[in-house]
Amino acid sequence: MSYGVRLHIWGERACFTRPELKTERVSYDVITPSAARGILEAIHWKPAIRWCIDRIHVLKPIRFESIRRNEVAGKLPAGTVSKGIKSGRVDEVHYFVDQNRQQRASTILRDVGYVIEAHFEFTSRADDSDTPGKHLDIFNRRARQGQCFHMPCLGTREFPAAFELIESEQQMPAVDDDLSGERDLGFMLHDIDFANGKTSRFYRAKMQDGVIEVPPFQEALA
Amino acid sequence: MTAIANRYEFVLLFDVTNGNPNGDPDAGNLPRLDPETNQGLVTDVCLKRKIRNYVELEKEDDAGYAIYMQEKSVLNNQHKKAYDALDIKPESKKLPKDEAKARDLTAWMCQNFFDVRTFGAVMTTEVNSGQVRGPVQLAFASSIDPVVPMEVSITRMAVTNEKDLEKERTMGRKHIIPYGLYRVHGYISAKLAERTSFSEDDLELLWRSLINMFEHDRSAARGEMSARKLVIFKHDNPMGNAPAHKLFDSVKVERVDGEADSPARQYSDYHVSVDSESLPAGVSVDERL
Repeated sequence: MSYGVRLHIWGERACFTRPELKTERVSYDVITPSAARGILEAIHWKPAIRWCIDRIHVLKPIRFESIRRNEVAGKLPAGTVSKGIKSGRVDEVHYFVDQNRQQRASTILRDVGYVIEAHFEFTSRADDSDTPGKHLDIFNRRARQGQCFHMPCLGTREFPAAFELIESEQQMPAVDDDLSGERDLGFMLHDIDFANGKTSRFYRAKMQDGVIEVPPFQEALA
Repeated sequence: MTAIANRYEFVLLFDVTNGNPNGDPDAGNLPRLDPETNQGLVTDVCLKRKIRNYVELEKEDDAGYAIYMQEKSVLNNQHKKAYDALDIKPESKKLPKDEAKARDLTAWMCQNFFDVRTFGAVMTTEVNSGQVRGPVQLAFASSIDPVVPMEVSITRMAVTNEKDLEKERTMGRKHIIPYGLYRVHGYISAKLAERTSFSEDDLELLWRSLINMFEHDRSAARGEMSARKLVIFKHDNPMGNAPAHKLFDSVKVERVDGEADSPARQYSDYHVSVDSESLPAGVSVDERL
């Protein structure tokens, strides 16, 4: 039962936001299994399958950079809703960005490269036409040709991820010497449990010579 | 409107002369710099703002081209409108239970607002009309070479406060980059375009806005900014025919022979080449500008 895939991804910048530091975004040191799953889903996904991340290889030294941008402040109470305009008209209906502005800093990662090792499992929505070979072939064919449903991104959409399939006989890209030894990355988001009201689940990320073993989602701590 | 059926990537080159393309609020409005390489940066959201402004100027009040992120109103009014138009009772912070109605709301927003259709929008406010992921994705723009910001002191022959009258004049500061050529990459997903009905007309409008957005964004701070080159890669297949990074590699921007170590001061100091010979099968290149 080998449905394993290996995907090499890299990019200039990345931001895997820590849930506890959301307003002024601070990125985790490395990609989360949740973001890795999103990248695989951007290349191929059907409701019949569920991607499971097995291993994350970190290839480049962990470096941060800060960037501050004007963002919209978001919500306003519905009490201010005016009913002056009849239905279906959009004139003079705007979000006033310069009055609802926040300047927020993001601490983001620079120059990242990872290899995602993953496999997929079938969900209850799979039927007889969903064979492992079929989905594996589709994914590999797309990743090989650089095809994707939408461009995968490194945490947020302004940081696109370049990707390349690592064929089964191919060597892994080299890991930077900076990452040798064991490093405890603390509690990290594993993924979000959409079946149970979108609760987050965490795991203890340990990096051994640049490799993080990701436990199955069921074993992650709620 | 039928959605586009091809995946696109594009490279836009634009330059700035004696101006500040995008100030950094962390550094007292100095031009943004990459601290590691001293290359200039322009954020994705800065360029998106200019695209929105251009579309608003070009389309004024045309139906279907309203701009959502604009002025003097509140997000929730927009959503309220969608609800009113479809006659649904607003439920707080949740999509209407009936998924079809939720879809109608989102569709209505996409239909009427160009920027929702193009870039998407999160509409999970109190009066909720869902969340849209738009087909167009922009990355950060960064300059080809390191840029050197200059601080220019200026004087004003007037004062603001009466108590400063005897001073006669006040000083101010401007930050400029003498010259910088910036490069930005963009991506357009045909599959996401299907979901927001981003059409061929919208695409042409997007190209026009990329070419002309600086023409309508003149200001004292900006200096002279202009779009210099727009290279569009079109894939035959909606999923794409080649990796994006390989296509971007075929656009090379180099200094003109013999000038490699001198500071660049104009666009003609650079040589831009697009290697259209060795493009992968199924990808066509279109150079505008």
